[in-house]
This record gives sequence, structure tokens and C-alpha cells, in this order.
Amino acid sequence: MKRALTLATGVAAATVFATSAYAGTLQDVQKRGMLSCGVSTGLPGFSELDTHGKMTGLDADTCRAVAAAVLGDANKVSFKPLTAKERFTALQSGEIDMLSRNTTWTHTRDTSLGLNFAGVNYYDGQGFMVKKALGVKSAKDLSGATICLQAGTTTELNVSDYFREHGMKYTLVAVETSAASRSAFDSGRCDVLTSDQSQLYSLRTKMDNPANVVVLPEIISKEPLGPVVRQGDDQWFNIVKWTLFAQVNAEEMGITSANADAAKMSTNPGKKRVVGTEGDAGAKLGLSADWAYNTIKQVGNYGEMFERNVGLKTPLAIARGKNALWNKGGLQYAPPIR
Amino acid sequence: MADTTTDQQPTSKTAIWNDPKFRSIAFQVIAGIAIVWFFWVIFNNTLTNMEKRGITTGFAFLDSTSGYSILMSLIDYDSTQTYGRTFLVGLTNTILISVLGIFFATIVGFIMGIARLSNNWLISKVATVYVETLRNVPLLLQILFWYNAVLASLPQPRASYAMGDYIFLNKRGLYVPAPVPEAGFNLVVVAFVVAIVGVIVMTRWARKRQEDTGQQFPTFMAGLGLLVGLPGVIFLIMGMPMSLDYPSLQGFNFRGGVPVIPELMALLWALTFYTATFIAEIVRAGILGVSHGQSEAAHALGLRNGPTLRLVVIPQAMRIIIPPLTSQYLNLAKNSSLATAIGYPDLVAVFMGTTLNQTGQAVEIVGMTMAVYLVMSLVISGFMNWFNKRMALVER
Repeated sequence: MKRALTLATGVAAATVFATSAYAGTLQDVQKRGMLSCGVSTGLPGFSELDTHGKMTGLDADTCRAVAAAVLGDANKVSFKPLTAKERFTALQSGEIDMLSRNTTWTHTRDTSLGLNFAGVNYYDGQGFMVKKALGVKSAKDLSGATICLQAGTTTELNVSDYFREHGMKYTLVAVETSAASRSAFDSGRCDVLTSDQSQLYSLRTKMDNPANVVVLPEIISKEPLGPVVRQGDDQWFNIVKWTLFAQVNAEEMGITSANADAAKMSTNPGKKRVVGTEGDAGAKLGLSADWAYNTIKQVGNYGEMFERNVGLKTPLAIARGKNALWNKGGLQYAPPIR
Repeated sequence: MADTTTDQQPTSKTAIWNDPKFRSIAFQVIAGIAIVWFFWVIFNNTLTNMEKRGITTGFAFLDSTSGYSILMSLIDYDSTQTYGRTFLVGLTNTILISVLGIFFATIVGFIMGIARLSNNWLISKVATVYVETLRNVPLLLQILFWYNAVLASLPQPRASYAMGDYIFLNKRGLYVPAPVPEAGFNLVVVAFVVAIVGVIVMTRWARKRQEDTGQQFPTFMAGLGLLVGLPGVIFLIMGMPMSLDYPSLQGFNFRGGVPVIPELMALLWALTFYTATFIAEIVRAGILGVSHGQSEAAHALGLRNGPTLRLVVIPQAMRIIIPPLTSQYLNLAKNSSLATAIGYPDLVAVFMGTTLNQTGQAVEIVGMTMAVYLVMSLVISGFMNWFNKRMALVER
């Protein structure tokens, strides 16, 4: 009931005080000196509190990158943990300035919720995880299975499509959070856990016995995950979009947090445009000239952000795959800064 | 001794704004207009703002395909049906848990309330401990406790607890055989309805006879015989037109039969035993509220313990019990929305959860959900008020 109450209050606030949060997000953030960013309630590698109480993960760093660009300090972020069901209402009502919560970019969400997707910070796809003891080798063997997942996600729709297409029967147990779906799977309430593959790897690190489960090879959907902003504030939309692009461009040009200072003196005009010693990219966004420099210096380029949070050296051990740069066989491609 | 002519005189001279009758009406009209205007502004403001921000409004989403499945449905549903249908699925699941919860909580509550007044030391202490423990632990914790307890203690499907080859219990739920009516079963249903009508007629006749002649008729036993006997005889005559669909293990899970999901079991268990503690206290208060002189008088008239309780104490206690009992029923119906914590697909979990998230139309969906709980509560309270009036003391 508490959740329903929060939701209802959010809706009420959204309707009565709507106009105040309608435009000028940049000014609001600058005045507050703090970026309010919606993240998940706990998903290792994407947004989770570490043992020191610090929010870590790819999604959390995407928030920090924007804070660094706008406020010059990556630590000026107040993180708001949201469940899948609360996230859009929180953004619509102006409770948060941006949402960075492994959220799939879909047509419905982009067109009918009053939201804009500002890019893709992780290309994902939905997969299945089962206990090894079941001896299942392929998702096609799952007819009749009980499936656990998180309620209110695209996952719920994809799994229904997939089983319908293949004429297979299934029982769906939809729970409130991804942690709850993991514990339901762990306790044996269901045979299969389904989610975006990155999440499955992430949840596996928290299983009672990670070696006992296996992720099936099939990927049944496209899940481009990325930051979301409110529709109707084009300046803010541009800032979030281009902060991510700047990180991808920086990786492509080889600018890292370590050599960002050297890039200022570089002979390469492209690099100089990114770090703000040439051109007026910052001014065009309404930011200081060193916006992208701050992001890269404090948070790193896209590759650094990826490797630090979900890469091969982390417990998640995810290879770059589709998230490699376009010139390295992946899909990450950013328009040029000029 | 003022007569009508003297009453009329001052009215004709008073200015209209000094006329108390006019003033009271005028103020009510102004207040009414202000309230309507207030809500209209909010409504209009909401629509305008949502439109300005590109948020879809209206109820057209109810007709579009939902595309997701629901764990349990009392009505026919699959992912090819509409969001409107998900509303009905959630609604029926909410009604199911509320009705079952009210039914069992009433039984357990009455038993525990009476047990707490028992002269037997052990029985009354057990009831006291039960009431004082479960009443003082938050309901959400109890729901989560029972859910985890149920999941932790039950076996995997392939190692189910079985009663013969008919009933199976495992982590996925309780599987019982499903009755499948065959041709001719309709007559059995008709016989049952006839039996119900017969019992009502018989009860009226028996009461009238007792009032007229003082002779008693064994209404309860005869009624039970009629209810069981008549459909039973027809059932046998028609050659037992019913078969059972037994659950059986196929692949991952049991198929066939009627599955009772663990979410429903845990939620029902928690709601029943939590609400029953309050009902027990209400029942105890009601019984203690009937003066001891009443039972002494009944005993003096020669009534034994049973009839004293049934005919003298309980009818008077009911007048005290029903109003607070109504509040407990309302609480139970509203508390059932905590289902969302363990994934029981009630209205809040299905409609205000998944459907809201897939369509994003929060204002419409939250509004509809609130309206449902309001209507449900008003129906319960209306019924209980009617029942209360029937039970109320009729002074002669």
C-alpha cells in the first residue's frame, strides 16, 4: 500500500504542480547544485550500493557523467532508487531530472509517455537462465516451465510473444523487484529466470550457488538500454544525449581519464573540440567549455565506464560484444562533435 | 401558542439576505459550486498539462492488446486479450482473496473469541497467546513470512507430497482434482436450487408452527438432509454425471486439476490469521457486553447451556459485534492489496502494476483502482449495515 501511496502522490504532484517542472531542467539542476537521477533498487554492475554505501555501476556512472558535464563535479548526484513500476511516474512528475535505470527504449515508451530516450548506454537482449540440474540445453525445451521475472518490464511482453510464437505453454510468476525474482528462482518457485542477459549475469553473482545455473544461448529480443529524460525540454535532452556521445567519441579518439589533460594540448583538432580547447560545443549546449573534459576526466570514456562496471575483470565478466565501438565490430557509434 | 398568521408577518418585512432559510440554501449552493469548480480545475489542469507534455490520455488503452500473461485467472485470459480484461482478472482475484479471507477470518475469529472466554485454562491461554502474538506483528511481515515459510518447506515438483494419486503439494502449489461436469449435471444443480428454496420455505413454516403451537421442528437436521439428499439422489439417478480431472506430472510441472498457487495460500493464511485476532477480540467484547443476568434468567427459565448461548447471549452480543466487525471486513479487503509484495496477481499487482507500467497511463489507472476499492468497501459496509438493522434490538 505504501508503494501505491507513493505512486498516487506522484501522480497528484504531476498533475497539480506540473508546469513548474515542465522546462528549464538545466536551470533547476544548476540552482540546486545537484542532479537528481533515478536508478534501480539494486542491480550489480548497473546501479548498486557498494560496501561503502557508494552507488556504483554503468547506469550510476551515466548519471555522474551528466553531473560532471553540467555541474563540473561528478559527485553532485542524488540517486533515487526506483522499482520498474515507479520509474516513469517519477520522471514524468519531475521528482528526478533523468532516469538511468536499465530501461529499454521502445516505441510505446518513446511516443506515449511524454519521455525521450537520450541514447543507448548498453545494447542488451533478453535471455533465460535455468538450473544446470534440469538438463535443459535450449529455450525451445522450456515448454510447460514456470518462469520468474520482474513485473512491469518489456521482459514480460517478450516472453509471452516468444512462447506464443513457438506454441509452448508456460506459467508466469511476476514479482516486484529483480532481487525478488532472483530469490524466487533460487528457492525453486520457478524453473526459469528471464531478464535482459546483462541482468542475468548480474543476478547470478548473487545466487546461493552461481556455478549451478546456466544462461541459455537464445536471445529473444532487442533491448537497447539508455538514459531517459522528459519530453519538451530540448536543451536538457541535448545535454544528456551529447554527454553520452562525448564519452563514445572520446573512446574512439583514445581520450581517457588519464590523458584528458594532455588532449587539451593535442595537435588533433578533433580531440581539442571534445575537451573544449577548440570550438564552442559547450556553449551551444548552454554549458561551460570544459563540459566533456570534466566528464572524461572524472568518469572516463565509454570504454572505461564499461570495463570498470561490467567488463571482463568484474564479477559480471561481460565481453564488449555488441557494445564495442562501431569500428571494432560493435554498435556504439556517436555522431561527431563539430 | 403561536399560530400561523403571526409566523408569517416578520418574514414579509425581512430582507431576503437576512432570511435564515434563504441564507442556508444560498451558502450551500455557493459551497457546491466552489467544490465542483475546484475539482473541474484540477481535472482540466491535469488534462492540459499531460497533453502539453505528450502523455497519452483517455481510456482507449483498455481496448488494446495486453501482450503479457498472468499467473492466475478465474476468468478466461491469455496474452492476446486486452488491458480491459487484465482489469477484470485483477478484480476477480481481489474479490476471491477478500471473500475467502472474510469467510475464514470470521470462522477462526469466532472460535478464538469464544475460546478465550472458555473455563478451560489451556484453551483460553492458547487463544490469548494467539491473539496477542499475531495481532501485534505487522501484516506485511506476516505475509512475507508465510510466503517464505511455504516456499522453503515445500518440495520440488518431482518430489511432491502426494495423497494417493489425487492430491499433490509442492513449491508450485497445491494440486487437487478438478470436477468436470458431464451431460445431465445441470439437473443436479437444479435440484440443489430447489433444495435451497425448500429449506427457506420449511424454516418459515417451522417458525410459524412454533409461534402458533409451541411445538419445535428439527429445522437444522431436516434442512441439512434436504440440501445433501435431494441433489445426491438426483446425482445417483442420473448415473453420476461427473468425472474428475486428476493432476499429473508432465515435464517440469503438474498439469490438469485445480492448482492453488503458493502466493494465494500464503496471502490467505496471513490475512485470515491476522484479521481473525481482531475479530476474536470483538467477539469476546460482544459476549462480555451481555449482562450476566441474561444467562442467569435463561437458566432460571430452564434453558440449557447451548440454547442459552444460541438464543439469548449471541443475539444480544451480535448487536455489539457487527459494527466493529464491518470495519475488520473493510480492512481485510483493503489489506489484500499487499498481495503485490509476494506476486499474487490482485488488482494492484496486475492492473496498477504491470498494465500501468506498460501503458504509462497512471492517472486513469490509479483512478480506476481507487474507485474499485471504494465501491467494494461501500458494498461490504452497505451489506453489513443491512445485516445490523436486522439484528438490532426491536423494542416492543
